[in-house]
Amino acid sequence: MTLDYLLDAANWSLTSPDGFPQRILEHLGYTFLALAIATAIAFPIGLLIGHTGRGALIAVNLGNAGRALPTLGVLMLALALVGIGLVPVTIALVVLAIPPVLATTYAGVRAVADATVDAARGVGMTEPQIALRVEVPIALPIIIGGLRNASLQVVSTATIAAYAGLGGLGRYLFDGLATLQYDQVVAGAIVLAVLAVAIDLALAGTQRLLVSPGVNGRSTGNRPTTARPAPKLAG
Amino acid sequence: MIEFEGVTKRYPDGTVAVDDLSLTVETGQITVFVGPSGCGKTTALRMINRMIEPTSGRILIDGDDITTRPEAQLRREIGYVIQGAGLFPHRTVLDNVATVPILKGVSRRDARSSALGLLERVGLTADLGDRYPAQLSGGQQQRVGVARALAADPPVLLMDEPFSAVDPVVRDDLQQELLRLQGELGKTIVLVTHDIDEAIRLGDKVAVLANGARPAQFAPPADILASPADDFVASLVGRDRGFRGLSFADGNEIPLKTIDHGVDGLTLEVDADGRPLGWRGPDGLLPTEGSFRDGANLRTVADLAILSPAGAAVRVDAEGRADGLVLLEDLAGNVRSQQRERLAALATSNSNGEAG
Amino acid sequence: MSDLWSYLATNGGDVLTALVQHIWLALLPVAIAFVLSLPLGALVHRYVPVRHIALTTGSVVYTVPSLALLLLLPGILGTSVLDPLNVVVALTLYSLALLVRTTADGLDAVDPTVLQAATAMGYRPVRRWFAVQLPLAMPVILTGLRVATVANVSMVSIAALVGIGGLGQLFTRGFQLGFYLPPIVLGLVLSVTLAVIADVLIVVLQRGLTPWSRAGAR
Repeated sequence: MTLDYLLDAANWSLTSPDGFPQRILEHLGYTFLALAIATAIAFPIGLLIGHTGRGALIAVNLGNAGRALPTLGVLMLALALVGIGLVPVTIALVVLAIPPVLATTYAGVRAVADATVDAARGVGMTEPQIALRVEVPIALPIIIGGLRNASLQVVSTATIAAYAGLGGLGRYLFDGLATLQYDQVVAGAIVLAVLAVAIDLALAGTQRLLVSPGVNGRSTGNRPTTARPAPKLAG
Repeated sequence: MIEFEGVTKRYPDGTVAVDDLSLTVETGQITVFVGPSGCGKTTALRMINRMIEPTSGRILIDGDDITTRPEAQLRREIGYVIQGAGLFPHRTVLDNVATVPILKGVSRRDARSSALGLLERVGLTADLGDRYPAQLSGGQQQRVGVARALAADPPVLLMDEPFSAVDPVVRDDLQQELLRLQGELGKTIVLVTHDIDEAIRLGDKVAVLANGARPAQFAPPADILASPADDFVASLVGRDRGFRGLSFADGNEIPLKTIDHGVDGLTLEVDADGRPLGWRGPDGLLPTEGSFRDGANLRTVADLAILSPAGAAVRVDAEGRADGLVLLEDLAGNVRSQQRERLAALATSNSNGEAG
Repeated sequence: MSDLWSYLATNGGDVLTALVQHIWLALLPVAIAFVLSLPLGALVHRYVPVRHIALTTGSVVYTVPSLALLLLLPGILGTSVLDPLNVVVALTLYSLALLVRTTADGLDAVDPTVLQAATAMGYRPVRRWFAVQLPLAMPVILTGLRVATVANVSMVSIAALVGIGGLGQLFTRGFQLGFYLPPIVLGLVLSVTLAVIADVLIVVLQRGLTPWSRAGAR
């Protein structure tokens, strides 16, 4: 395996239009655009379905069907219907990202203990307050987990942008394959893999910052321990 | 005062959880709804803060129909404690307690500082304020639940099986704590439980509810023990109700005998300070099996008298010096006359009720 | 619609070849990974250090983009870029990363009192594993198998970008023909249908293997 292309300083020039910095930025651009749109669509719907419990069947089936769709096929369909450009690529990536975000938002909110929601209603929170101040913070580890999953898939798949004539890290893969320059293919694949891991780590860090210490990924409810009596309290 | 006026809750599948309930909960008292599971007691409770809307009938708090106010606003004026506490796991103990005041527009700072005072009020130390619910024991969580319900100083407190999720020892502590708090605060409390002993212990008045939340009896606990209205109430109250009813009578009502009063050849022996040592008789010194102080209820006194070899309970003063004896035969006379009086009074009020 | 039928009439043989290859490329890795995941999952369930290593490795593997892996494997395995073995190895790695985790989760979720009861009745460890532990972990394991299978069926299409067969070839064909719809639509329909059939088959298997899991459900 040859790493010449990856280690060539010229390919890391900030100004070069086909250098790594530029391609990474493009790649991140496609990724964030698709994630933002997918989240804007899927998060409110998932929250609504999770909070009301209505339409759960739709959420589950939509999530499963979405996972079964090959993204390459969706991209081709979008290209055939919309024409070349950023729009079909974004459509394909959004279709890819919606199922995990929708499914985890729904599942996370649904998993909040009934007693907690009941108490929130009982102390006089309005329905939007219950959803935003109680259900979302408690479901946050699961929701961010879904976002991590979605971003992983989108980063991986954003290579298809190059197949549709745009930039991003996919350029190295397809150009290298076309011209039989394997060192270019390897370089692109390595940078892509490192980028994916880096984004995942960044989101994992965000999760630590945002999630309340009282909530961990596993216990979404709160079950009082009755195994042993309370320690005798002072006063 | 909370009034149920012909309240019915019928579900779309035809089940009637609450059937034409009419009942008045007095201000400043603990009223307990007790009954078997599925009898509609929780439904009745949850209609007071509109967690459940009645199909027909209305509920008034201090004369105002509860439906005239927005649900969320109404609930902020009514404390609500549920089984397992239902604390918010993502908020610290202090923020849990501060929830309602913040919802009502109190600044976070003020809400937190008054929350700190409330923690102490429910028997928790201030250093627990920064913990998360998962770091507390079940009993502590339940105390926080009570503090959260009291935070906005609501006149009314609804408690739905509040102590069912904790073990018996902790439950006993919490019940005692609630009675102490109620002594200080004098809230209007409606408490739901399936545990008749809890109902008898906590209630100023107890509503024994049968299916459809039909009040089989609504009376002070002593009356329910002394004279169950029907077989349903009697079976729910269970065994030993006569004996359990003694806990509502004052142990001091029985005339005392002096400590040198001999019984069947036994006399109480005391040490140099006057503390009881035992009963001296032909078989040597026999144990007293304990003593009681001022303020003990009749059940405790009767229990001591039964256990004593002399059939006499020993009363001691604040320093532990024996200062009197209660004999079984005196106790029997007192119990007999009390029960006669009570049943006569109930019979009169029943016939008056039927006449009016 | 008529375009679709005429395309199928003229290219039926190619489509069938692509479909068969797709099935092989998608399901062979799942089958290999499933067999390997049972002992590996048991190790992960049992030993804490193994758990840390295996789950971290698994999540890193899962993070590597499939196209990148497909293109890096030839350099590691010494295969040609066009060798289907690359696809089988790549998808086996992904499936394994997922299935080891779910197998361990499934075993973790078995009620310890049931295991104690089994031990108390005289089961020896190996027999207990097959007679009690594995069956009780099956619902969770099979749920993982469903996810892995559906993911594989849709992921195989990517291989066409490197020039390896499967239904993805129908997408690249449509691309080469100037975004000609019939092969694209055909590829999508066949791929989704395949995923759904595989999913349903596993559900049927699940019901057959774990009749008790529905008994308590209301």
